[in-house]
Amino acid sequence: MDISYKWLKQYAAVEADGREFMRRMNMSGTEIKGFHSLSDGLSNIAVGKITKIDRHPDADKLVVCQVDVGDKGTLQIVTAATNVFEGALVPVALHKSVVYGGQKITKGKLRGVESQGMFCSVEELGLTEHDYPDAIKDGILILKEGIPGESIFEVLGMDDIIFEADVATNRPDCLSVRGIAREASATFGVPFTDEKPILSETTDDDVSEYLRVTVKDSDLCPRYSARVVKNVRIASSPLWLVERLRNSGIRSINNIVDITNYVMLEYGQPMHAFDYSCVSGGEIIVRRAGDSKSVKTLDGEEISLNPEMLVIADREKPIALAGIMGGENSEITENTKTVVFESANFFGPSIRRTSKALGKRTDASSRYEKNIDPSMTVEALDRACQLVSMLDAGDVIGELIDVDSTEKKAKKIFLDSDWINKYINTNLTKDAMINILLSLGFEMSGEDVVVPSFRSDVSDKYDLSEEIARIYGYDNIKPESFKSDMSGGGYTDKQKFEIKLNDVLRASGLDEIYTYTFTGTKSFDKIRLSEDDVKRNCLKISNPLGEDSAIMRTTVLPSMLEVLSRNYNNRNPEAFLYELGKVFVKTSDTTLPEEKIIVTIGFYDTSGDSDFFTLKGMIENVVSEMNIKSVSYLPCSDNPSYHPGRCAEVFSDGKRLGIFGEIHPTVSENYEIGQNVYCAEISLDVLYSSMGEVKMYKPLPKHPASTRDLGLLCKNEVYNSEIENIIVKAGGKNLESVKLFDVYTGKQVADGYKSLAYALVFRKEDGTFSDEEVDAFIVKILDALKEKDIILRQ
Amino acid sequence: MIKEQLTQIKLSASSELDRAQTLDEIETVRVRYLGKKGELTAVLSQMGKLSPEERPVIGQSANEIRNFIENGIKIKKDELSAKALEDKLSAEKLDVTLPGKRIRIGKKHPLSIVLDEVKEAFISLGYSIVDGPEVEYDYYNFEALNIPKNHPARDSQDTFYFSPEMLLRSQTSGVQVRTMEKRKPPIKMIAPGRVYRIDEIDATHSPIFHQIEGLVVDKGINMSHLKDSLNVIAKKLYGANAETRIRPDYFPFTEPSCEISVTCFNCGGSGCSFCKDEGYIEIGGAGMVNPKVLEGCGIDPEEYSGFAFGMGLERLVMQRYKITDIRMLFENDVRFLRNF
Repeated sequence: MDISYKWLKQYAAVEADGREFMRRMNMSGTEIKGFHSLSDGLSNIAVGKITKIDRHPDADKLVVCQVDVGDKGTLQIVTAATNVFEGALVPVALHKSVVYGGQKITKGKLRGVESQGMFCSVEELGLTEHDYPDAIKDGILILKEGIPGESIFEVLGMDDIIFEADVATNRPDCLSVRGIAREASATFGVPFTDEKPILSETTDDDVSEYLRVTVKDSDLCPRYSARVVKNVRIASSPLWLVERLRNSGIRSINNIVDITNYVMLEYGQPMHAFDYSCVSGGEIIVRRAGDSKSVKTLDGEEISLNPEMLVIADREKPIALAGIMGGENSEITENTKTVVFESANFFGPSIRRTSKALGKRTDASSRYEKNIDPSMTVEALDRACQLVSMLDAGDVIGELIDVDSTEKKAKKIFLDSDWINKYINTNLTKDAMINILLSLGFEMSGEDVVVPSFRSDVSDKYDLSEEIARIYGYDNIKPESFKSDMSGGGYTDKQKFEIKLNDVLRASGLDEIYTYTFTGTKSFDKIRLSEDDVKRNCLKISNPLGEDSAIMRTTVLPSMLEVLSRNYNNRNPEAFLYELGKVFVKTSDTTLPEEKIIVTIGFYDTSGDSDFFTLKGMIENVVSEMNIKSVSYLPCSDNPSYHPGRCAEVFSDGKRLGIFGEIHPTVSENYEIGQNVYCAEISLDVLYSSMGEVKMYKPLPKHPASTRDLGLLCKNEVYNSEIENIIVKAGGKNLESVKLFDVYTGKQVADGYKSLAYALVFRKEDGTFSDEEVDAFIVKILDALKEKDIILRQ
Repeated sequence: MIKEQLTQIKLSASSELDRAQTLDEIETVRVRYLGKKGELTAVLSQMGKLSPEERPVIGQSANEIRNFIENGIKIKKDELSAKALEDKLSAEKLDVTLPGKRIRIGKKHPLSIVLDEVKEAFISLGYSIVDGPEVEYDYYNFEALNIPKNHPARDSQDTFYFSPEMLLRSQTSGVQVRTMEKRKPPIKMIAPGRVYRIDEIDATHSPIFHQIEGLVVDKGINMSHLKDSLNVIAKKLYGANAETRIRPDYFPFTEPSCEISVTCFNCGGSGCSFCKDEGYIEIGGAGMVNPKVLEGCGIDPEEYSGFAFGMGLERLVMQRYKITDIRMLFENDVRFLRNF
């Protein structure tokens, strides 16, 4: 909200410059985001009075003017403007001045005649014609008032500082010049000028002969005050009013409408003016829309009403959308003769709902929705009518209409100064606290603080402590460390596990990524989930940003594939990535989902140096470094997202840790990755619960081991794991380790067969096995293998 | 006679050793003079012919010559091996400016780099780290934090809903409530996590981002304690020169409330375009926990008090690394990731 400093000073005579004002207001709790003046960037423009106009000797379209610029003497200015006349007051850009847009003006010659400056149009001052209806487009701005030599910025109110205030939602009272001025008075220690408007010239008509107000739904309209003004003389507003509105970001319309806006800005009380002749039956009825289907608002929009929306109606039809915008059917026009001023209080949440539902947010609704003070309706109304008299815009009928169902009970809070001093750790006297509260508009009643009606946000001693702390100054509160007998800080075991897991994944060469946890249902199709896959049962966001972010993900695969795809399309030759990403498993429509972290790995590598076993190596690193017990791998051919022949599930003690493998070529294609893609999805919870015991120290062997290599021949379909299991079982406790070191298929072995070579190590604790003993072990192993048609290669 | 022979042997052995260029040539010299059939051996075999007076004299002389030759061989061998080593080393010279063979080490995401630092900072101050659900009940995200339905504060953080009662948390503050419900004071914890708000994605907005929430509840906690804690934390995160400034702000779940700023890291406080000439940049919000929130969690506000604070992780990260587009953090281009 734009706040005019000049206007504010009328209520609190602060002397600080713009920067200082902003700084101190920010420190006392009124956020000022910045400030500017309409004269910023302009310079050296003064009021001039044209004393004489002569024809230019060499140019038909130019005239030569003598201009009185006060103490700067008389200047000669050549102009092409046609609306200048002798005696006219005009803005003069002097030698070495800057006009709007940064254009520099210096003296020079026009067709041989010296010109010592330039007359300015509205545009050249950075203003709009709208604010100066008398100004001619492309013509010079003819001023109504001003003294030759005076700065134009003062004359046109352009030197005013305009502050941009960002008012917190709990302080609707500060959505006004008076509200901010009150804060400024407390902040700077200057008095707040609070003069009640007085209506001196009123008529003694019986207002009930004109208007009746009936509030049918007082739950949504606690108070409705109105006044009638007759013999209305619609005109444009005086310059000072236009300028104040302009400096507050509001355009001037006409005197009556401008008054309503002026009072809203000054008091924070939205107002509306109806053309009385359009109020059918002379009655205003405040009610829910009910059967009324629509109303056309001032902006020309046809609004469809729902029955709960509050409207202002006459006997026949709605004439305004309450608290948001007036109706076109009762708009003030040039022909308006009698006006009804409305100054009402509406129930905030209702205005908020309506405004949100219609997507219509106005200066009025943004105030009403925060529940403004109902006690100010009449004062604001009187201020409006005082302005009517001041502007001679009509005759105010003295009698007031005020339908008021509000409770007038002031809130009282015991001023517990000891407690406050402890809570904000200050050493203030009770009097000092009282002074702060008084400066903010609170009153005292014995030991109690009486909360003013405009401060509905204050309700207990905590609130009072904040009022005192912020005016005393947060800066003045000393930092102090606290002692606490708290123990038990630090990482939990699970957090430590996660930290280590991250280290292991990075040590495997994987870069960490962060992906969005919501996605779209299309992703299920892209990773080839079947129609009845349980992963399709997901949480749906009812107000999503778009189709691609409408559900909570139940699988991390699409997120990883999207990132890989993006990297591939960005022509990165390789990407090795991981994420500890959450998935959301739906439990029901009304209960929270299970949130599970999936350790996700994904990579592609155009160099061709990486394959399935690169991935498996990473998995092996993880299970080994994280000390996962009894790990086994089983082929998996039925996961739709993975290559049926290059996919495995990993288990610990029979519990499934997860799945990994090459991504199905169709899926890679769906993500436009022209490379083999490898992914893994491991459950963090299962991994954590599968941690083995801490490994104890084992003495290093004292005696040499016996090693044997075995070359075996078997059918292609036989898995290495089967062979290893047989060897380990038959080898018994004497076999220390078995390790595959070669796999061969080709000319040297029969079709459909492969050759595998293993290195076996036998060891006993108290010596070395003899050759005969080892031979016997080998025979036993070979016998066991033979049962499965795995034979020694000759 | 023998004496002349010995002198001759000494002379010729010495000159042959001088000429020897390889270990083989040295060996040939050794065999020729000292071998079983060598010249010195041959001379010594004639010792029997000598008189008993001559024998010790010649014997001693022969031994001296043997030592002389053996020593000569050793010196020559050392010389040659030193030379050979020198040759080998010079032949093995490398261009050490060629690139190294690196093992690929994965990178931490910048969000994690900074978050881990934040966690470490708080852990060192005795805090614990608490987690909470991202899909949350309206109660924990709003109601329990003194933000009833229709409260205008709900507007400022437009929220994704699944149903009127279930939503994507728009702030991590709900974890405060969950923690206070479960644990009795003293409490000293942080809750970092993901939050969601309806915001179209652009250079400075992301519908998903991260907050770090903190909560301390104990007997006698006051605003000075809050100020001190914020100072300590800011110095840990922004360096020892960072000064903290708090100024009033409004949050429904704290009273009094404040905005937290630290000395602008760009200009050090003198004012620049980055901090809009203020010398400070905002990093988050804080305040004394609203008694209504404590009460709602079954904690007596007359007995206990506390403070809470929250800050945005993305802002910290973007400031630290001068990242100008928040989207970079979630696009995960490896060129970006491997930059840190």
